[in-house]
Amino acid sequence: MSDRLEQLTLESGISVKPVFGPEDLAGIDLQGDIGLPGQYPFTRGIHPLMYRARPYTMRQYAGFGTPEETNQRFKFLIEQGQNALNVAFDLPTQMGLDSSDPLAEGEVGRVGMAVDTLADMELAFEDIPLDRISVSLTINAVAAPIMAMYFVVAEKHGVPLAEVRGTAQNDILKEYIGRGAWIFPAGPAVRLIGDTIEFCSRHAPKYYPVSVCGYHIRESGANPVQEIAYAFCIAREYVREGMRRGLGVDDFAGRISFNFDIHGNLFEQVAKFRAARRLWARIMVDEFAAEDPDSMKLKMIAGGGGGGLTIEQPENNIVRGAYYALISALSGAQTMALCSYDEAYTIPSEKAALISLRTMQILVEEMGLRDTVDPLGGSYYVEWLTSQMEQRILLEIQRVDESWGGIVRAVEAGLAQQEVAHQAWQYEQGIQDGSISKVGVNRYRMEEERREIELHPYRPEQAEESIRRTAQVKAERDAGKVELALQRLGQVAASGENIMPATIEAVRAYATLGEMTATLKQVFGAFKEPLAL
Amino acid sequence: MEQRAAPIRVLIAKPGLDGHDRGAKVVALALRQAGFEVIYTGLHQTVEQIVEAAVQEDVAVLGLSVLSGAHLPIAEKLMARLREFGFRPLVVLGGNIPGRDLEALTGLGVDGVFPTGSRFEDLVAFIHQRAQVGSAVEGGGRRR
Repeated sequence: MSDRLEQLTLESGISVKPVFGPEDLAGIDLQGDIGLPGQYPFTRGIHPLMYRARPYTMRQYAGFGTPEETNQRFKFLIEQGQNALNVAFDLPTQMGLDSSDPLAEGEVGRVGMAVDTLADMELAFEDIPLDRISVSLTINAVAAPIMAMYFVVAEKHGVPLAEVRGTAQNDILKEYIGRGAWIFPAGPAVRLIGDTIEFCSRHAPKYYPVSVCGYHIRESGANPVQEIAYAFCIAREYVREGMRRGLGVDDFAGRISFNFDIHGNLFEQVAKFRAARRLWARIMVDEFAAEDPDSMKLKMIAGGGGGGLTIEQPENNIVRGAYYALISALSGAQTMALCSYDEAYTIPSEKAALISLRTMQILVEEMGLRDTVDPLGGSYYVEWLTSQMEQRILLEIQRVDESWGGIVRAVEAGLAQQEVAHQAWQYEQGIQDGSISKVGVNRYRMEEERREIELHPYRPEQAEESIRRTAQVKAERDAGKVELALQRLGQVAASGENIMPATIEAVRAYATLGEMTATLKQVFGAFKEPLAL
Repeated sequence: MEQRAAPIRVLIAKPGLDGHDRGAKVVALALRQAGFEVIYTGLHQTVEQIVEAAVQEDVAVLGLSVLSGAHLPIAEKLMARLREFGFRPLVVLGGNIPGRDLEALTGLGVDGVFPTGSRFEDLVAFIHQRAQVGSAVEGGGRRR
């Protein structure tokens, strides 16, 4: 098209020339800005040998229905060569409601597994070798009690706290911008995250207590620059919270990881990740005076995002997924996950989940993506674009700090939400008027009959099973002990002491998630959602 | 002075626990751009809260965004609740709605279903065609 010859602008607002050359590297310091993999500022990767030494971890999001069903899917994925798990919880669990809660009606086990008590977590991980398989928990508002349950289950598997590995998503600030599974106001919610960071730093040093998610911010409509900028603003908030506890930055910063999104322009995404690594290292040194290189390394899961997939001609999503995986590998992500081809409209079928896993395996086994580190490094275009992205991310961070008064205020006032929603709207207008190309939607559309999509089956009986199991647990537990543990939890929430020890005691006593959350809500109150559009 | 109709009032609602509000907000912004007066409920609303808000705001259109797969039970509950209140706005449903459920939703009394991939212009035209507009107000009404 002729207009492409004149002007081509990426989603991040950067104009791209038809040809790049050595002159575009002017101002880029080959040592100080690019350097070597495994060395500050880690533009080319956080390890010297990257995939040559160890391929990326493959971690598909899974979980549905009862803990038994989830346990079966976990075992299937492990048998198929997946080496890490990412647990999906149903909405009542994410919102701290027991299966018997009237608000949970119709939702129990629908989009993830239902957890009321420790007994459910015990079942979910039955016969899973927790000493070998690293488990990621996709839980945020109630991350503290769910982490506590996981720690107790790991202990029962013979893995002590000092040795337990894994990650909790535990990023509440992004929930206010996208995804929406928030309960408490931002202040106490960030305090809970500080409690988990402090507790893990002192007692579970191998555990990653927080995974800061640009992913959901992007999925909600943010452009790639904002995805990284808002995530970094959020991560800086958690780092400051950790330091307020008297921790040294190097005591915990290396255990904060990131979760980013992949869809859109290939080179823009690769540059985004390279820029993010460099900028995070610089922020950790310049702003927080980190000295341990581990604190400076941006550790990330970069996954193919659902936002790029289409309900139209869904098989095309298999191809998109393969490109997203390629981007992730070219970007040097430590961990990879892919939304499956049917994930634009449902929980992935076993077949779709397997294709995603095989996509990542084909890339690592057949395509030479392990051979050499950062193969796009040194490209005139990619290095230029990396620098452009870094500058724009930095400007966006300054905007959040200076115009919005920081990210906590921005989410409380709804400023970040508004910004992201308006972008989502503009994007959708672009799709509808064809100025943004989407194959099968506004290019090469096939006017076929509206195809029947297969939705993940929902069994209403699973709610009854969950309610029954919890009723049995309640009948068998020591009620006096539960009451005392919940009282103690409420006292600790009010006093500002670290919440984790009291939470673990309540979990051991088989207090329900709903009971624990209600106790905290009495002290903390609820988040008031800003509704301006 | 020119006579203008008051803008049609629309409530965009997000029932249930699902927090994915991109679609709801995008539709709300598109409708506002098209000249409607749009109110958004925010997340985690029960059907009872939604109907209460619709009655209170006296909206002509009630739009629900459902992605969780629970559209049938939600629609059933919603329509029953509206009947209890004797309040009947134009009811429109958006989100992940499989084609095979269209008939059931219509049977429950849902007026329009606009699944993922629908176009703004079709939704806008549908509302203009079907919404019961209140009496015209002189002098620009509540247009903003």
